[in-house]
Amino acid sequence: MRKMKRKAAFGLALLGIAVLGLAVHAGSVATERLSEGTEPVATKVTIDNFSFSPQEITVVPGTTITWVNHDDVPHTVVSNDKRFKSKALDTDDSFSFTFKDAGTYEYYCSLHPRMTAKVTVK
Amino acid sequence: MGDFIEKDANPDGLDRRGFLKCMAWAGTGTLCLIQGGILKSYALSRLDKHVASQMKGELAFVQISDSHIGFDKAANPDVTATLQAAIDKINALPMRPEFVLHTGDISHLSKPHEFDTLDQMLKGVRTNGIFYVPGEHDVLEDDGAQYRDRFAKGSQGDGWYSFDHSGAHFVGLVNVMNLKAGGLGTLGQQQLQWLRADLNPLKSSTPVVVFAHIPLWSVYPQWGWGTDDSEQALSYLKRFGSVTVLNGHIHQTMQKVEGNITFHTAMSTAFPQPAPGTAASPGPMKVPAERLRAILGVTEVQFTRGKHTLATISDSPLPSQPM
Repeated sequence: MRKMKRKAAFGLALLGIAVLGLAVHAGSVATERLSEGTEPVATKVTIDNFSFSPQEITVVPGTTITWVNHDDVPHTVVSNDKRFKSKALDTDDSFSFTFKDAGTYEYYCSLHPRMTAKVTVK
Repeated sequence: MGDFIEKDANPDGLDRRGFLKCMAWAGTGTLCLIQGGILKSYALSRLDKHVASQMKGELAFVQISDSHIGFDKAANPDVTATLQAAIDKINALPMRPEFVLHTGDISHLSKPHEFDTLDQMLKGVRTNGIFYVPGEHDVLEDDGAQYRDRFAKGSQGDGWYSFDHSGAHFVGLVNVMNLKAGGLGTLGQQQLQWLRADLNPLKSSTPVVVFAHIPLWSVYPQWGWGTDDSEQALSYLKRFGSVTVLNGHIHQTMQKVEGNITFHTAMSTAFPQPAPGTAASPGPMKVPAERLRAILGVTEVQFTRGKHTLATISDSPLPSQPM
């Protein structure tokens, strides 16, 4: 009887260590992900004072960027190669686009073409 | 938006080679007239008497610009009231202008009701015709189809055209379409070729007036105040004895003379914008309410034929609001 209990106890201990080991491993994987700086899936670009902020932004594929116009004149968000194109955004209007593919997307405001910016997806 | 600039009068003009300062700010209003090739400037307080004595040319017309119907932010919550004041000003001129040129940004957001409102309001102008060119705010959703249908029937391409009046040749150009990233205004090759052909049969003594929304000279490229390919257009105009270029877009008066070409930009009837480089961006500029009408206005142009045919350009502010 005692032999069996000891074996059981030992087995339990082993199981416990294994579980702990798994937990530690899982924890370290999660830590690694965070330290890579994963972007949230939705992110925002502000339009104000005739500029896009941030002017350059890097996101992962699948991210949806929402532009919000806080300026007191309308602006547009138009990619140089016309892959995306917003309507004219008046004050407080917004426009969203989901970046599925990796790449560099340069864009500008077609009303004020000196306003340029860039999204990098990788 | 937080960056309102409340400006006192007396901004400095630009000390740039070739620039003439002609800014109509409250309290330091300046009227610039070109007579016999010599620039004379007058205080605005003497404007009305002077304009009356100048209205002897063979052809007088008015330029208005940047009415931005639909704009309702702090810089001017009531752009229709200030447009009406501009119309009243035109109707109070001692001589009925032959026509009115609107150099664009008729509407603020290219909305049908904005175009409707302006159309209706300008029916109250005592004149014989109104001619338009579009601003970038007028061609927002449909590549200008709505604009052309309302204001540029019979025009070519994106809405350019020409006409003759009293022996002078008028050309309306469109430089607000297909703007490229990082660029300025654009005329495009199709329009430039049309312009060259259009001017070709004219004698060099024909006075020419060119009107377009964005300035055809480099006022301030950092703010997009210029046209990428205007040099080519200007090269077709160089041979003429009298060329007047009338623009809008920058919501303040500026003037430059280059040989026989006089460039002039108009005030807006809606809201002012800061002088180049004096603010973070060229957005609507808030000024004290009692000063607003003094820096919005209309421009009168008259032609006098003599040894040289000269355009006399005078900018006048809106009458102040009755108390």
